[in-house]
Amino acid sequence: MSAQRIKDVTMSIRSTLRGARVAAIIIAIGLGFVSADVDRASAAEQTHPPRQSWSFAGPFGRYDQAQLQRGFKIYREVCASCHALSMVAFRNLADEGGLGYSKEQAETIAAEYQVKDPAPDDKGEFPDRPGRLSDYFPSPFPNEEAARAANGGAYPPDFSTLAKARTYERGFPWFLIDILGQYQENGQDYIHALLGGYEEPPHGATPPKDGLHYNKYFPGHWIAMAKPIQDGQVEYADGTPTTIDQYGKDVAAFMTWAAEPHLMARKQMGIVVMFFLIVFAGLLYFTKKSIWHGLKERTA
Amino acid sequence: MQGHSTYEPKGGFAKWLEDRLPIVGLVHSSAVAYPVPRNLNYFWTFGGILTFMLVAQILTGVVLVMHYTPSASMAFESVEKIMRDVNYGWLLRYLHANGASMFFIAVFIHIFRGMYYGSYKAPREVLWILGVIIYLLMMATAFMGYVLPWGQMSFWGATVITNLFSALPVVGPSIVTWLWGGFSVDDATLKHFFSLHYLLPFMIAGVVGLHIWALHHVGQNNPTGVEVKDIRKDTVPFTPYATMKDAFALVCFLAFFSYFAFFIPNYLGHADNYIKANPLVTPAHIVPEWYFLPFYAILRAIPSKLGGVIAMFGAIAVLFFLPWLDSSKVRSGKYRPLFKQFFWVFVGVCILLGWLGSKPPEGWYVTVSRIATFYYFAHFLIILPLLGRIEKTKPLPASIAESVLGPARDRLPGDPGLAPPAAAAPETRG
Amino acid sequence: MTATHDAHDPQPVRAEPNRRDFLYLTTGAAGAIGAGFLAWPFIAQMNPDAASLALASTEVDVSQIAEGQAVTVKWRGKPVFVWNRTKAQVEEAKKVELAQLPDKSARNENLPSDAPATDVNRAAKDKENWLIVVGVCTHLGCVPISNSGDFGGFLCPCHGSHYDSAGRIRRGPAPENLHVPPYAFEGDTKIKIG
Repeated sequence: MSAQRIKDVTMSIRSTLRGARVAAIIIAIGLGFVSADVDRASAAEQTHPPRQSWSFAGPFGRYDQAQLQRGFKIYREVCASCHALSMVAFRNLADEGGLGYSKEQAETIAAEYQVKDPAPDDKGEFPDRPGRLSDYFPSPFPNEEAARAANGGAYPPDFSTLAKARTYERGFPWFLIDILGQYQENGQDYIHALLGGYEEPPHGATPPKDGLHYNKYFPGHWIAMAKPIQDGQVEYADGTPTTIDQYGKDVAAFMTWAAEPHLMARKQMGIVVMFFLIVFAGLLYFTKKSIWHGLKERTA
Repeated sequence: MQGHSTYEPKGGFAKWLEDRLPIVGLVHSSAVAYPVPRNLNYFWTFGGILTFMLVAQILTGVVLVMHYTPSASMAFESVEKIMRDVNYGWLLRYLHANGASMFFIAVFIHIFRGMYYGSYKAPREVLWILGVIIYLLMMATAFMGYVLPWGQMSFWGATVITNLFSALPVVGPSIVTWLWGGFSVDDATLKHFFSLHYLLPFMIAGVVGLHIWALHHVGQNNPTGVEVKDIRKDTVPFTPYATMKDAFALVCFLAFFSYFAFFIPNYLGHADNYIKANPLVTPAHIVPEWYFLPFYAILRAIPSKLGGVIAMFGAIAVLFFLPWLDSSKVRSGKYRPLFKQFFWVFVGVCILLGWLGSKPPEGWYVTVSRIATFYYFAHFLIILPLLGRIEKTKPLPASIAESVLGPARDRLPGDPGLAPPAAAAPETRG
Repeated sequence: MTATHDAHDPQPVRAEPNRRDFLYLTTGAAGAIGAGFLAWPFIAQMNPDAASLALASTEVDVSQIAEGQAVTVKWRGKPVFVWNRTKAQVEEAKKVELAQLPDKSARNENLPSDAPATDVNRAAKDKENWLIVVGVCTHLGCVPISNSGDFGGFLCPCHGSHYDSAGRIRRGPAPENLHVPPYAFEGDTKIKIG
């Protein structure tokens, strides 16, 4: 009986595999001749940014506090004049798993900002006052229209979620490999590449309208933002090189934290959960086997 | 669901309750004593997994609603508040968002399992149709749920999908305006969808109840497709046998789910949805959630607006007729060598359509989409009706027990398993 | 091949009870632990979120509050009475013996929890004319009316709790004195509550 059973099982596995093979061949043929075409199409559209190594990548990824603080410095000194950070509050600067400032340091930083009080005073006005921990980063423009008016019609996007809002097409088969590789840093790679991607337009290329700048990595290449940062523009106290390349990494790391402040808590909990589920699945497997074993004993 | 119970209330209160509300007996007969074919493989655990996912989605959804604001001006910010400030909000939201995808992964496996093993054939047609209704409700729920974060993809997905209805002659534009509650997707639309997104899962739960009722009435199909002949030899009681097997499969599935929710939570989403909805700017590529992609490819494969919409809805509608389109007398694909090949080709075509749906509708993609769309319909309307007539099937086992234990002649004569004492038969008890 | 009863028989089989029981128990315990941890986020999400916990403190400019006048400001969504008491009202509150009070605790978040409910412990430090209390009746949460009741303080209209001019419960169903929130004077004319 058991020999028969094994034969049955191997037969059914074999026939399933045969079927799956047919399916795989069809897909492969389909994808094969189509993907050749895609790569050409997307190459014209967007140049793939080079991959960087990020401290927060992978299952054990952690934010580098010093890097987040450097990125924050760049944000304050360079980006904040146009880009809002409206969903991040000063209290977040002292949050666990983030920049690592103390509550007092965060209070000091908050007080350096002038914030419109969210509640009216007894005259019904909203006076400016120094920021407190509960306040959010003030935006450089009161609304999108004002931002566009001041920036030649372009809207500098809010940094709060921007690191997660930018990506690039990975294409087949990379998008499948990325599941196991846990590649999630498309946006960060893009932001880093964009900051260093300003160059002379190729001969004969003209912008579709005035006031645009050529960038190798921007989709369509013509970007409204002028080259935002130069080598040496922001000073670092910790001796980190003050290059555009380093600035790009630091500000992208800061933006990642701004968009995903609980990243470290998530990954750490994930490790525990995965460990538990695998052990629990093992226990269930043996319990199930033991119960079904009893059945075979009784009816075989 | 009746007829399987061996439940005998013990003790005064249990007897008293059972005389007034036989609820313990009902649970016992449908979740404990219910006979399950003993040869079910792991593809049969997805019914249980789906039940779990439905409950999980409802629970995470109910708690997310405690923090979400369904208004065009605040929805995006309230979702971000959940991600940042609410205790474990990031976890609950990622579980809910990825849970939708997991739900669809499980339902696709469940559907294809039904197709492979002929689970839709008599007497399970109604069971199958109820399943297709659940699938339709799931798609509606998922679509409306994706609108709620009010990102760019939410907004433009809602715009494109609601505009499908404008293809209908005469009444189309009025229907679209009615869905919108205005002249574009806006605050009113978001509120419509929010309310319905909360309602539909409970309707799904209701139809799932009918689905399980129908299942327990006709009994489960099994990999041989041979009906249960002798409950004692062909089946095992649901608890503990199926319960433990389902539990093991469920925890494996949860590990897969957790991998996505904790390590690549945005992989199945779209980056553009982290940009707040802007009615004046359309993203470069509007792509629906991955589980809609095959239908999206079919929609775009047809060069006419109304034709595309009809083809897309037809692709789902054809599933309702599957029990009558498949002409084969043999249920399980295991004994149908030709069908087996075509089944896998069909799976391949569905995946190919999904991939095409994520690509812009230009060049080669359109041509391949059209071929694949034609094949999708041909599978149901040409191949399945013909196959049953020309295919030479393999011999079926005489019974489920035989398929598991080998032919009866291999056994010792006088095996007590073959001639059970009548007193042991569950039907005669209690 | 020696089956005597089949799988539908509810009777358990006897075989290696120890190892098997241990496996079943461990599996069951793991399931229970997992379910317990899974339940926690669903419960914890209803607690105040990070934004509410960090909610702004309230600042009150008291330079415009005349003697005898009380204003109500909002702090953490609750009313807070800021009362500039007259000399007579302060004296009256001071005269009350501790023994006469149903609640002998100061209920002042700026003082240790065992501080007695003297007027000094209830009023602002070194500024005895100022009484700052949360305007929520300690009975069932209604807002008492200022400058009324039989003891010259507050009267809760819902169930008739009378508070004196130091906000202490004197008569009625309320069990505790009106609570004094955490606050501090910043200069002479500004109070920061919270």
